[in-house]
Amino acid sequence: MKHISNSTPVLPNLQRRKFLEGLAAGGIVLGLSPWTSSFAAQPVAQSAPVLAGTEFDLTIAQTLVNFTGSPRLATTVNGSIPGPTLRWREGDTVTIRVTNRLAEETSIHWHGILLPYQMDGVPGISFKGIPPGESFIYRFKVAQTGTYWYHSHSGMQEQTGMYGAIIIDPAGADPAYINQAGTERDYVVQLSDWTDEDPMRVFDKLKMQSDYYNFNQPTAADFFRDVAKEGLSEAIDKRQMWNQMRMSPTDLADISAYSYTYLMNGTAPAGNWTGLFRPGEKVRLRFINSGAMTFFDVRIPGLKMTVVQADGQNVEPVTVDEFRIGVAETYDVIVTPVDESYTIFAQSMDRTGYVRGTLATRAGMSAVIPAPDKAEPLSMGDMMGDMGGGHVRHARTEYGPSVDMRVDSPRTNLDDAGIGLRYNGRRVLTYADLHSLKGIMDTRAADMEIELHLTGNMERYTWSLDGLEFGKSTPVHFPYGKRVRVILVNDTMMSHPMHLHGMWSDLERPEGGVQVRKHTIIVQPAQQVSFLVSADALGRWAWHCHLSLHMHAGMFREVVVA
Amino acid sequence: MLYKRINMSAIATIALCVAAAWGQYAMAAEGTSKADDMSGMDHSGGGDSEDMSMQGGSAPADARDPHAYSGGYDFGPIPPPKMGDEEYMAGLMINRLERAQTSHNVLSVYDLQGWIGKDYDRLVLKAEGEVDDGKLHEARTEILWGHAISAYWNAQLGARQDSGVAPGRSWLAFGVQGLAPYWFEVDATAYAGEQGRTALRLGAEYELLLTQKLIVQPRVEANFYGMQDEVRELGTGLSSLVAGLRLRYEIRREFAPYVGVDWSGKFGGTADYASAAGARTSDTSVVAGVRLWF
Repeated sequence: MKHISNSTPVLPNLQRRKFLEGLAAGGIVLGLSPWTSSFAAQPVAQSAPVLAGTEFDLTIAQTLVNFTGSPRLATTVNGSIPGPTLRWREGDTVTIRVTNRLAEETSIHWHGILLPYQMDGVPGISFKGIPPGESFIYRFKVAQTGTYWYHSHSGMQEQTGMYGAIIIDPAGADPAYINQAGTERDYVVQLSDWTDEDPMRVFDKLKMQSDYYNFNQPTAADFFRDVAKEGLSEAIDKRQMWNQMRMSPTDLADISAYSYTYLMNGTAPAGNWTGLFRPGEKVRLRFINSGAMTFFDVRIPGLKMTVVQADGQNVEPVTVDEFRIGVAETYDVIVTPVDESYTIFAQSMDRTGYVRGTLATRAGMSAVIPAPDKAEPLSMGDMMGDMGGGHVRHARTEYGPSVDMRVDSPRTNLDDAGIGLRYNGRRVLTYADLHSLKGIMDTRAADMEIELHLTGNMERYTWSLDGLEFGKSTPVHFPYGKRVRVILVNDTMMSHPMHLHGMWSDLERPEGGVQVRKHTIIVQPAQQVSFLVSADALGRWAWHCHLSLHMHAGMFREVVVA
Repeated sequence: MLYKRINMSAIATIALCVAAAWGQYAMAAEGTSKADDMSGMDHSGGGDSEDMSMQGGSAPADARDPHAYSGGYDFGPIPPPKMGDEEYMAGLMINRLERAQTSHNVLSVYDLQGWIGKDYDRLVLKAEGEVDDGKLHEARTEILWGHAISAYWNAQLGARQDSGVAPGRSWLAFGVQGLAPYWFEVDATAYAGEQGRTALRLGAEYELLLTQKLIVQPRVEANFYGMQDEVRELGTGLSSLVAGLRLRYEIRREFAPYVGVDWSGKFGGTADYASAAGARTSDTSVVAGVRLWF
């Protein structure tokens, strides 16, 4: 290992570095997994096994893992983290038998996949869930191509390891020809977050102290430093509004690397997942964010990335230095490496940690790992939105104990990379850069409009839509066959990756016209987005923030297409 | 059983307390209209400053109906999932568990608050007391029903029991507890007891982060009584005031040892009782303890 930059992660003590880097051989404890044959450090960390064809057998069970030095029980698909990569072909009918060997109910949701709603895998909405000891057979015709993923929709099983990738090849593709778009190499890069804690305990802790995991809070020391640098009245002014409103400008993530170890293809940073290439080859990297609560900012120092696919749908190629991948999003990029080795660097949005892997010409190499950037505090714009903009209509239920703030004039621009990425001098991807290839999106205009506000109360750690948690909500009806415009207004200080099951979301430009087709859309603090949905999938569908604790807290709705 | 008669002064005291608490809450709610003093922002082109109440307030007449999109549909034949918002939770915050060295004595002191319930409605237990030489010297225990009334405030209604070496007292309790602007934690409760007794307890705490784990916590608490209570040696009006400062180090969020100092004073009739008994009317104690929560 050449050199690890001496960064100062905003965490309390150096012991946390072990969480940051994990164990070199961290992962499934030997015995059960086919890919960890010994406990010795692997020179090339392996990826999840690939299952191809039309018939699949998946077993959900608890598996002993050890990512940080403490053994824990994870929830796995076929014994590996990530679960096996499923390779399908457009036009095939796939049959997936899922057997539950847990002591509790389970489920698998195929994220971004169009299918009959009974196959969507959300207990209480699509079906009754898969009881312990039983099997459920998913069967549906594959009607799309691209990179997707699957995960449990029960309890906190996704957080404890139940996720895997899906790659769907076009109908004519030879299954032996594993590479598309003329690339010689093709790797899934699945990013995730692992905690040794019981996720329900994490939730309980956040209920008692919502800033439990935030060790980057403004202190008296910061105040005096600001006074010295900018003067007393500036220093007071800077904090005035935040303190008056009882909100924190450093509230970037609910869970930091104080609890999380970040993984790349199930491998901690010390394990150094490696993708090999020969100089001159083009490499396709299928980035998937399978984290429960973490936004990752991805870059490969020294190597530009050409984004060719977002959420499984081809986009006009755009070359960037860096992109933010929200929970549940996917980005396929093409890179053409020329040097011997590169670090694939994914830092968490709150800058408390990172995961890294390597693109290299030989096993056992690594390149310089950059230091995580400094965390950028939230700004007035993140809180207020666009002061000169239009006024939105809040729901009448947003004036009670469930909502700690409302944004009256949200900003609508999509050309903002997001907090922490605005001033780093790098070319960072924004939604404004994404344009679906011709023929992908539905060109129909909207028949009707729905407005929903993303709300929450950070002090109580409650999360909701329109101030109503799921338990107090009523379903949202999309009339079958209609083209629905959905307007989401983020009345909170956090970014939320919003995911509507079963149907595509065609993101609209602020000035009108659809721009890019996605299944998961990040709505930034004080931002408003609008997208069009063709309500062409009959049935009941889940709609929720994909930050798993927000969803669990009630930021969730049932959509009825009828 | 709890009270023999409520007289007008009791009602007046409670009404005043409720008004004070409500006033505090209302101030907190509209306080954020002062968003105008954001440095560097030009407001000349912006909307009315009235529209900038980002917190609190009430729904305007044209607010959206959040159920407007249901189209009359219910959740269908499969029972909808029960999520975290419908689960019961519990928590216990032991704010002070300490040994206090006064000018003439060493006591053990506890001050805790526990709750069980969901997000907006909880059963709350508050308990504060002193243990002297293995015996409960003085204790105040309250069981309340807490209901969230706004983003940062909860109203509480229940009962309080005073125990210890002096004869016990029972009270009906009504108050508010919450987080005021600028992060002040406030607890204000009015009490109505037997024989027309009334009382008011006001407390406030603040947390100043010196570093991420080293935190200074000043606090004040004041107790007022409407009626003289000879047996418990309490006078009317402001009876006692405590001002304290604690410095804690969070080994973990849940476990933080601290050291500190409390200044406590007796006033009015309460001070007279103390002097008559040869005791001090004010005292400073050094404290050391641990703050824990579950």
